Amino acid sequence: MALDKNQIAQRIAQELKHNTYVNLGIGIPTLVANYIPRGIDIEFQSENGVLGMGPFPFEGEEDPDLINAGKQTITTLSGAVLFDSATSFAMIRGKHVQITVLGAMEVSENGDIANWKIPGKMVKGMGGAMDLVASADNIIVAMMHTNRQGESKILKKCTLPITGVNCVKKVVTNLAVLEITQNGFKLLERAPGVSVEDIKNSTAADLIIEGEIPEMKF
Amino acid sequence: MINKVVDNIEKALDGVEGNMTFMVGGFGLSGIPENAIDALSKKDIFGLTCISNNAGVDDFGLGLLLKRKQIKKMISSYVGENAEFERQMLSGELEVNLIPQGSLAERCRAGGAGIPAFFTPAGYGTEVAEGKEVREYNGKLHILESALTADFAFVKAWKGDTAGNLIFKGTARNFNPLMAMAGKITVAEVEELVEAGELDPNQIHTPGIFVQRIFQGEKYEKRIEQRTVRTKE
Repeated sequence: MALDKNQIAQRIAQELKHNTYVNLGIGIPTLVANYIPRGIDIEFQSENGVLGMGPFPFEGEEDPDLINAGKQTITTLSGAVLFDSATSFAMIRGKHVQITVLGAMEVSENGDIANWKIPGKMVKGMGGAMDLVASADNIIVAMMHTNRQGESKILKKCTLPITGVNCVKKVVTNLAVLEITQNGFKLLERAPGVSVEDIKNSTAADLIIEGEIPEMKF
Repeated sequence: MINKVVDNIEKALDGVEGNMTFMVGGFGLSGIPENAIDALSKKDIFGLTCISNNAGVDDFGLGLLLKRKQIKKMISSYVGENAEFERQMLSGELEVNLIPQGSLAERCRAGGAGIPAFFTPAGYGTEVAEGKEVREYNGKLHILESALTADFAFVKAWKGDTAGNLIFKGTARNFNPLMAMAGKITVAEVEELVEAGELDPNQIHTPGIFVQRIFQGEKYEKRIEQRTVRTKE
């Protein structure tokens, strides 16, 4: 069975190391915060100017002066701190934020990512994505393996305008966990019940497949 | 103490004209200068260039100026919440310069800090890098981004004093302190205006030297764009 969005988030949560600062993008990445394993301390940064972001507020406790980069109302945890946008991106460009999880429309085998523009159709802007992917040493992409038309989002080369070059380290999709190596995509894990053949059939890029590919564990 | 207080919004906007460049603080609808935007949307000034992270929504924030086609050019990082904006952009009526959010923030800061340009890794290898100088530092490629300044910067703070010192609240700070630095004339509106000396100097975020005019906003709607809540278990 292919994973749902929550399971993709749950699998990515396993990648987060103890005592790290993490930026989560909009969409599936936001869900990662719900699955942090016990004993792992993470501080979430949101690029609009908060570190130590907590869960959504209870109804009636929303504060218009407290939102995340997706413009959703949030809360802060004890030890949280607020700052301006230049300081926020100093944390990002300066690699103080160690892990970035974001969504993508396409990822290529050399680690390029496209997620900000479909020419003539969707032109919303890159927000903080270009700064984020140009900076963090560990960039994990959370996305569905194929688009709505059923076409692979895992490509030899991106067809859409790119957000950053040579930056993605790992991709977790509804079908597989892929690592980006010098030689391209390496298949690390498959979703429970999904065969290597299924993954190959849904992937436009070449896959490096070494030995038995284990199922993801939850 | 240099007194920065203006009596009303009209005096705060004295000197604004068509074809000027404005910076407008805020992230989404959080921390936007609501009173200044409302007053600007009632003036017959057109051909504006607006530097703002976002473009408001259809009927609030900079969306009010877009609706009247007062804006000729937007410099932003993300404009996804405004249908009228997208229509004007795709039809070519509105010129749009989309730039990475961190570069936007730093370009404003640089503009106010007397730094004409800087190298950043953000955007290297993308459309954003087209026509920009590329240089390698520490084995990584960077692009040259220039500073931004504006004829007027409109910012919003939580509290301010008569000397123009500002304190922001929550994530409503965002671009406001940086744009305050980069405006030739910076107009700060605050929820609460107090006498100089009442704010703790240790707690001030934006020193009054960056602010030319300050006034207490008449009212704040503080609209929430994405009300997201959890339920009590």
